[in-house]
Amino acid sequence: MIEFEPTEEQTLIVDTVREFAASELRPLARESDESAKTPSELLARAHELGLVANSLPEEFGGGGSRSALTGALVAEELAFGDLALALAVLAPSLLALPVADFGTAAQKAALLPELIANASCAGTLALVEPRFDSDAYRPRTRARRDAGGWVLDGAKCLVPWLFGVRHVLVLASAGESLAGFIVPSDAAGLKVTPEAYMGVRALPLVELGLDGVRVPGDARLGGETSPDLRALVARGRVGLAALGVGVARAAFELARDYAKQRQAFGAPIATKQAIAFKLADMAIEIDGARLLAWEAAWKLDRGEDATREAALAIHQVRRVALEVADGAVQVFGGHGYVREYLPELLLRNARGFACFEALTLV
Amino acid sequence: MISFDPTDNSVQARAWYRRMALEQMRPISRKYDEQEHALPVEWVDYYWNHARAGAPGSATGPSDGFVQVCIQAEELCFGDAALYLRMPTAALGGSAVAATGTPEQRERFLRPFRESTHPIWGAMAITEANAGSDSAAIQTTARFDAATDEWLLNGTKIFCTAGEGASQVEGGFVVVWATIDKSLGRGGIKSFVVPAKTPGMRLVGLEKKLGIRASDTATLVFEDCRVPSGNLLGRPPKPKSESETPSEGTRAGDKGFKGAMATFDASRPIVAAMAVGVGRASLDFLIEELGRQGVALRFDAPPREVTALERDVIDMQAELQAARLLTWRAASMMTRGKPNNLEASMAKAKAGLAVTKITQKAVELLGPVGYSKKLLVEKWMRDAKINDIYEGTQQINQLIVARRILEYSSSQLR
Repeated sequence: MIEFEPTEEQTLIVDTVREFAASELRPLARESDESAKTPSELLARAHELGLVANSLPEEFGGGGSRSALTGALVAEELAFGDLALALAVLAPSLLALPVADFGTAAQKAALLPELIANASCAGTLALVEPRFDSDAYRPRTRARRDAGGWVLDGAKCLVPWLFGVRHVLVLASAGESLAGFIVPSDAAGLKVTPEAYMGVRALPLVELGLDGVRVPGDARLGGETSPDLRALVARGRVGLAALGVGVARAAFELARDYAKQRQAFGAPIATKQAIAFKLADMAIEIDGARLLAWEAAWKLDRGEDATREAALAIHQVRRVALEVADGAVQVFGGHGYVREYLPELLLRNARGFACFEALTLV
Repeated sequence: MISFDPTDNSVQARAWYRRMALEQMRPISRKYDEQEHALPVEWVDYYWNHARAGAPGSATGPSDGFVQVCIQAEELCFGDAALYLRMPTAALGGSAVAATGTPEQRERFLRPFRESTHPIWGAMAITEANAGSDSAAIQTTARFDAATDEWLLNGTKIFCTAGEGASQVEGGFVVVWATIDKSLGRGGIKSFVVPAKTPGMRLVGLEKKLGIRASDTATLVFEDCRVPSGNLLGRPPKPKSESETPSEGTRAGDKGFKGAMATFDASRPIVAAMAVGVGRASLDFLIEELGRQGVALRFDAPPREVTALERDVIDMQAELQAARLLTWRAASMMTRGKPNNLEASMAKAKAGLAVTKITQKAVELLGPVGYSKKLLVEKWMRDAKINDIYEGTQQINQLIVARRILEYSSSQLR
């Protein structure tokens, strides 16, 4: 049956996360952007909440309730608080979810218990490359077989790198296939360089240079089953789409509230159609984009190929998040341009969706 | 739960109406676009005899409710939006009767649509030359004649969809909005059922339009047109002498303007679904034609290889699907009996504009093929535009959405 009501359990989770985002993320948004730091206490509290662990297998200490749809609902709420902090809070899933989905029994046993139990992030994922035409499906970073193991060469960027990262899942082209390799963060030939971007400044990001990085044969995610990881791209896009909807909603609500309070010519500017209609369009576009993200997530949960739906959702969100954030800056006028208010931060964050791939997963 | 999985009934209905769209409607699409005011007899007869009872399905099985109605509307408008509007049904007039009529009125006015031996139509007449979106400004009057227990209607209505069929073919009816007291503003506006052929109701013209040409858009004149008091939709007004409290006399207004506006919450998702149907006709054809020309669309293309064409088509697909999902959400809320005024207007605003742009883009991308009358792509562009106008223009729906999200009354946000 075609329905649009989250389950009771999902509603409960959404309410909890919304409260968490309002009390823990939003108040830190400006300060952590300025200092370009994610407070470690925040990650500890997020870990207590079990946002990532909840979707990981029970046998390794997780909650066992995996759902891309629930993940999308959570992602939107967190990003409504703050995008950079949301990405940080969800970062443990970057390694944990692919291992849970594609890993061998040995890989799961070696990595999942720690990823689930340890509050400090112990894993990350590297997909995007520092090129104008970074291609999620066909990375230039290549993996070639060598003496029973693999050798990785290439470069990655936009890799979340929180304190305590021990392994990075490097996505590379192995022949025609998109393969993943679990690389220790201190591997020889791996060069880690901190980066800074226009937005998501609170999230520690690094560039990775891979110069003949050697890993053993069992470092390939899924081992001898050699799984193609293209499905991860869709999982990333759905998660990012949901985050983008959260950013847009944050911008919309700020603009709406400001427009009702800001007086011009003796009345709130929200009483002028030029402003009111802009806000109406924002609300419509946000809801439409959210439903596209939900549909793609729903398809993932059915175990179906969601390449198309995820592509449509992220396509829409890239436009909507940017337009809505830009609209919020415009509604705030000069105040939107100064760092005393959040719209300028949201605009910088929203632009990121144009190049983000697999910075989160559902 | 959140689900995009249609019920078996919806799946069956979709297939059934799609076949009708392709086999019954498409072959005569061009013919009735060109013969603007001709009655599409083969379609009207087909619908009346074979499709009136609805799609086959299980009466007891799970239903998507109003979402299924949207799916039907989408499929039929995928066939031809103008022929859809010409279907012999109670249409918007029926929605008004169903939403605001008493049980007795529903039975009296809607039964003929089940039992008549010939095709009949229903219609709603709201718009006047100087009152479109501002429907509270309508000038058509209704005066009560106590001597005969009748209402006398006077005024001129324009842009009445299906107005020819509804006013001229015995058994049908036109729901007419009129004011019983101009000093009351919108509170004085009531709706009246005027049966076809009622003396005093005259069909004076049919519009020649950009698109949806097979749809009869009528101008109706009412001159001392008399209808029984029982044709005022909703609770009949009691004579003042019998009223027990002062407010009782105004109770006729309960379902007056507000009730009539509530019909829009039900009809806007359907109009949005109709828009999506036209948009899909255009987009599906575009993608098929590109396929025939060897252009495959990729959702995982390398960024430097993505063509402008692919990007446009992905955009059109995302826009169409966003419109469709907003429409289904509004319809789903209706099924659950939840207020959907905001969501209905969101769906209508999104679908009307998205489909206007999609169909225009399809003509552009197909070049001379799209512009040519050999195909229907140019017709779909002309047909699509009305969706951003009727049943509330883009702007009036933006206004409704804006008032809702800002929590402003109509006097706070004009």
